[in-house]
Amino acid sequence: MNELSYQPLQIADRSFSSRLLLGTGKFSSPAQMAASCKASGSGLVTVALKRASLSGKDAYADILEFLDGNQYLILPNTAGAMNAEEAVRIARLAEAAGLPKWLKLEIHPDPNYLLPDPIETLKAAEILVKEGFTVLPYINADPVLAQRLQDVGCAAVMPLGSPIGSNRGLETEAQIRIIIEQARVPVIVDAGIGAPSHAAKAMEIGADAVLVNTAIAIATDPVRMAQAFALAVTAGRVAYETGLAGPADRAVATSPLTTFLSNS
Amino acid sequence: MFSDSIQIQRLQALSQQSSETSAADIAQILQRGGPRGLDEFAQLLSPAAQEHLEWMAQLAQRTTQRHFGKTIRLFAPIYLSNECINICKYCGFSRNNPIPRITISEEQAEEEVRKLAAKGFRSLLIVAGEHPKYVSNGYVESVVRRCLKIMPSIALELGPMETDPYRPLVRAGCEGLIVYQETYDPDTYRELHTAGPKKHYAWRMDTAERAYHAGFRRLGIGALFGLCDWRFEALATAAHARHLHTHCWKAQISISLPRMRPAAGGFQPNPAFHMSDHQLVQTIAALRLYLPHAGLVLSTREHPALRNGLVRLGVTHMSAGSSTEPGGYSSFDETQWVQTKKDQPGEQFHIADERSPAVIADMIRQQGYEPVWKDFDQSLVDESFVA
Repeated sequence: MNELSYQPLQIADRSFSSRLLLGTGKFSSPAQMAASCKASGSGLVTVALKRASLSGKDAYADILEFLDGNQYLILPNTAGAMNAEEAVRIARLAEAAGLPKWLKLEIHPDPNYLLPDPIETLKAAEILVKEGFTVLPYINADPVLAQRLQDVGCAAVMPLGSPIGSNRGLETEAQIRIIIEQARVPVIVDAGIGAPSHAAKAMEIGADAVLVNTAIAIATDPVRMAQAFALAVTAGRVAYETGLAGPADRAVATSPLTTFLSNS
Repeated sequence: MFSDSIQIQRLQALSQQSSETSAADIAQILQRGGPRGLDEFAQLLSPAAQEHLEWMAQLAQRTTQRHFGKTIRLFAPIYLSNECINICKYCGFSRNNPIPRITISEEQAEEEVRKLAAKGFRSLLIVAGEHPKYVSNGYVESVVRRCLKIMPSIALELGPMETDPYRPLVRAGCEGLIVYQETYDPDTYRELHTAGPKKHYAWRMDTAERAYHAGFRRLGIGALFGLCDWRFEALATAAHARHLHTHCWKAQISISLPRMRPAAGGFQPNPAFHMSDHQLVQTIAALRLYLPHAGLVLSTREHPALRNGLVRLGVTHMSAGSSTEPGGYSSFDETQWVQTKKDQPGEQFHIADERSPAVIADMIRQQGYEPVWKDFDQSLVDESFVA
């Protein structure tokens, strides 16, 4: 069973064997975070630039030290930015600090629900793509916005399943299905994935990947929870690739309506 | 503005009515996962809720972890000055107290902040008494600019200002503003603040909103527990936080729950207003359930055992190894982080948890939480950052 594999995830010019992405915040220690990332099998983990030191080594802001750049592509994120200008500034600084020129673009002016600002996100994406960044924007599950972001050259879109930290699963499923159907780039469901079943569901409906953080970080045993999510992503993706039969949604009429045709 | 919408009588009535709440009422609220409004929040502050304190604590922990993770953010206060033009009967800095008055130089402030940074701090709270001389001559702004080279995040706790004078401080790179109402009860407020600009209850109350309009992104509020009925204060604080939550939607709201400590001037708090450890825990849990996203701040006023316990219970921000005296850090031993001076006559109040930042960080780790030192980057707000 361990050999069960699926097609790799391709984002821009990079290929990833795992379709599970991890966030690195909220863990009880950097060691737990690193162990969970490893156990998840993920190849793409996101780190908040505000938590890292961008001006040289800092023992008190050392989150990057715990992640092996050879094992993962570090995806810096702009959490803390409230508008396009702030996001662009911190992105440039990250590049200058030698981080990969990849970016999870997140702009949330509302510090409570951390819901993304669509207008500022589009503005920043346009600038950063032109500057050569590989931009993965975190967005509300808005299909038109997803299209606009693809038009300006984003390498993926990351619609939310439900608000960050809510563990509510795919409450935006109907919208996400539209985004997937129309997508020219990978669709990564980010935020709200609170249980492996949510992750499996996202993969079954054709999401290219999921990003999980809170549900793993605050689990009693984050390492085992990371493994559980990895299995769920595998299950969901393999089911998607294999083709789910889907529920029988056609009623069988007790008195057929078209038999008269054969009598004619 | 909150001073226009605060309903003192309603808050007083809610505080009174909480004695009629039964344990069954509390169970009903907790079964639903938390209070639906201020009325139910008041019930969570009731004597009856003590019966379900553990249950409240469990829910508070889950809620906090969901929003903040298993992390505690650390910060350090630095007192620039104890000069003050106000008379506040309970405060060590009150202008009629015969304490040595100190305002440290910009150079000394920078030096102390370097010491704090060497201990790990990346988040600073600048505190000063209320005196016009810092505001007018750009002293604070200048200190801020010096400190920002060392500290990625700076918040201010100064005398209230108009919106416009706040703007240069925001432009300089400050992101937080803290102002405590001390007491939300207008009569008590009048009685305790007898001279100086702090006399003006409504002016103080609306400071957070003025600061928001000037561009601050973190707003801290709180009452000083021990001056008036604690249930009333907790209710008013929660109502204030709620108001800010809707009116200042881009700001992170944090609440502090300082309890009175002995201070110069010999103010004796009324024992009837004392909030016990149990009641403090109850209030923290209730606030967390009512305001899931609010930062909850715990200072070194509280004793070590209580601070240890609160790490896992809803608190999100802690200070450590603090001095409340201007220039106080200059005489701290750098390795052990202990005060080498015998007396600190110029301090605002005496802290109860004297453990060093490193010991506090270890304690937090032992509780299964990560101490987070840096959670903000100056490049977000500093327009001079051009990579």
